[in-house]
Amino acid sequence: MPQITYREAIRHALAEELTRDPNVVVMGEEVAQFNGAYKVTDGLLATFGPTRIVDTPISEAGFIGLGVGASMLGIRPVMELMFWSFYSVAFDQILNNAANVRYMSGGQINCPIVIRGPANGGTNVGATHSHTPENVLANHPGVKVVVPATAYDAKGLLKSAIRDNDPVFFLENTILYGDKGEVPEAEYVIPLGKADVKRVGADLTIVTYGRCVIHSLKAAEVLEKDHGISVEVVDLRTIRPLDFDTVLASVKKTNRVLIVEEQKPFASVGTQLAYMIQREAFDHLDGPIHRLATIDAPAIYSPPVETEQLPNPARVIKAVLAAMA
Amino acid sequence: MSKKPSAIADIKSGSAVKATDYALAPINAALSSPQRIELYRTMIRIRRFEERSLRAYQGKNVSGGTNIGGFLHLYIGQEAVAVGCCSLMGKNDHVITAYRDHGHAIAVGMDTKPLMAELYGKITGCSKGKGGSMHYFAPDKNFWGGHGIVGGQIPLGTGLAYALKYQGKKGAAMAFMGDGAVNQGAVHEAYNLASLWNLPVVFVIENNGYSMGTSQARSSAGQLAKRAEGYNMTWGQCDGHDVYEVRALMDKHLTLAREQSRPSTVEIDTYRYRGHSVADPDNTYRTKTEIEEYRNKKDPIQVSLHKLLAEGVLTEALADKIDAEARAEAESAAEFADASPYPTPDDIQKDVYWESDHPAERKSEGRLFFD
Ligand SMILES: Cc1ncc(C[n+]2csc(CCOP(=O)(O)OP(=O)(O)O)c2C)c(N)n1
Ligand SMILES: [Mg+2]
Repeated sequence: MPQITYREAIRHALAEELTRDPNVVVMGEEVAQFNGAYKVTDGLLATFGPTRIVDTPISEAGFIGLGVGASMLGIRPVMELMFWSFYSVAFDQILNNAANVRYMSGGQINCPIVIRGPANGGTNVGATHSHTPENVLANHPGVKVVVPATAYDAKGLLKSAIRDNDPVFFLENTILYGDKGEVPEAEYVIPLGKADVKRVGADLTIVTYGRCVIHSLKAAEVLEKDHGISVEVVDLRTIRPLDFDTVLASVKKTNRVLIVEEQKPFASVGTQLAYMIQREAFDHLDGPIHRLATIDAPAIYSPPVETEQLPNPARVIKAVLAAMA
Repeated sequence: MSKKPSAIADIKSGSAVKATDYALAPINAALSSPQRIELYRTMIRIRRFEERSLRAYQGKNVSGGTNIGGFLHLYIGQEAVAVGCCSLMGKNDHVITAYRDHGHAIAVGMDTKPLMAELYGKITGCSKGKGGSMHYFAPDKNFWGGHGIVGGQIPLGTGLAYALKYQGKKGAAMAFMGDGAVNQGAVHEAYNLASLWNLPVVFVIENNGYSMGTSQARSSAGQLAKRAEGYNMTWGQCDGHDVYEVRALMDKHLTLAREQSRPSTVEIDTYRYRGHSVADPDNTYRTKTEIEEYRNKKDPIQVSLHKLLAEGVLTEALADKIDAEARAEAESAAEFADASPYPTPDDIQKDVYWESDHPAERKSEGRLFFD
């Protein structure tokens, strides 16, 4: 199987869907002529032309709202936010209009928009550029939220997202863009709402998603080797819809849970998971549910300190050892 | 108002060495020789500071790590704008800008040591290593940032003007933005509020022709400053390569704000030689020739140098000395930054709440932080 980067995997998904469906349009700042701020859309303008690959002014509220409106008439806009951090400028369009229009119209109107872009810390760009809004987004019934960790998942999930009839928010990671993974040449899709057990283990379940999957897998290796602890890593892949069955099966097997997330702790994705795990699997737990999150403060700029603010393999190892104690 | 021929036309024809009208504008004619030299010195200090920061960005520290992380948006080529505008500041005048903020920070009088240390993410930085390049602040210098979200600072600048008016202070706020920022909704809402409520703010559009890789023609309909007309605001436009010209126009607009409490918009044509940021130096959207044109014919420091030499205010020897001092200052800022310690993980949760930083005076109850 060819090895391609996470960035290329997303690009291939876009290209395949642009080819398959003439209603798919890619829009955002610097996506066309500049080939993408992070080069995800590199070459798409040359292949699909300026009607399908559209550069916008720096007007997120305007162009995201325009995408919501166009989707109501059957366009399938895939909007790029240069950073998900800029979603706050378009909050009303995303969370009032996209999330509610179907409900408020009594089911008459669909909003098949995809909004994608990176949402992560760890690149020393400061508090304004390091938001991880998956919990905020997923708090709104009517929307779907996807956070892929690998090239394979990114491609298969983005294709499903574009074909989905509901608004799908797709959160990528600038640090993962260059990571390579095996991706088959033949077409495939991954349904939204299916978690993936990325590592099988017996002693403790890490429930995680996004870049924290990578941290957790690294930590799991060390834990196995140095501490003889067998960790199972469950990658949610999709936050909403949530594949809780896979989480539950794993917890019932290992009886210990650590949630790892690049989120501020208060009312995070992990908070919801912890509630559900204790409700559905209380009698299967050998100890309290543990959680490792970002240290609760705005993102610090200072490069070596930001690494410590975020989950990282060393912090995961520490958290697992604490959960096993 | 139509776009008038720029002062650069004179430079092209070789007459740049003659003092233009702008040097004769009352606000400039009144400048003493030391004050003229100071304008020049500030521009060159900004240039050398940024060149030094660029070298630090591209280099590695002793332990092989990066000196500077994230983004570094250089102001090189635009120095006359911040220096011209900020040189007009009185004690009740305030400044706010976007992420391309090194020039403004130095122009309002911030010390370059903590500025460089901030880029290095050190605890001795002006924001204790918490903000980085895009988030410089110095309230003691009436400088309110340093803002990372395009256009987000413009309502804040309008708020500074509101506060001045409310407190009965005769001053003005200068709210700087790029040519791409005019397309943010927040800018338009701020325009309307400022005009409706007669607020003393000057909206300054630093038009360097591009927002990242997008030219003005590909991002904006109509002349940028003219949008002010829709909000019943006056507007002006000038060339930003000549610090005298910037001062001549800004003086009028600041006076309008201070004396009549009326907002206005100014569009200042300028140019950046470097990529949008150092991490993103892609120059596919413009030609090398275009960059060289500006560098050779419209460089604000060269323009100013020629004028000062012609005015007899500067000698070449003195100019060389000023340059050497600026380089030495940048070097010692880098040494200071390099030698300073990083914040520790314990610093992460400081400066979040006033109350958690002042536990003795805390009034609220309950938990502020979570893990
Ligand atoms: C709301 C928002 N959208 C996008 C960005 C990413 N971004 C940062 S700077 C920039 C270009 C801004 O251009 P301009 O306003 O002309 O200022 P210049 O960089 O030329 O100084 C973009 C798109 C951002 N920081 N904030
Ligand atoms: Mg610009």
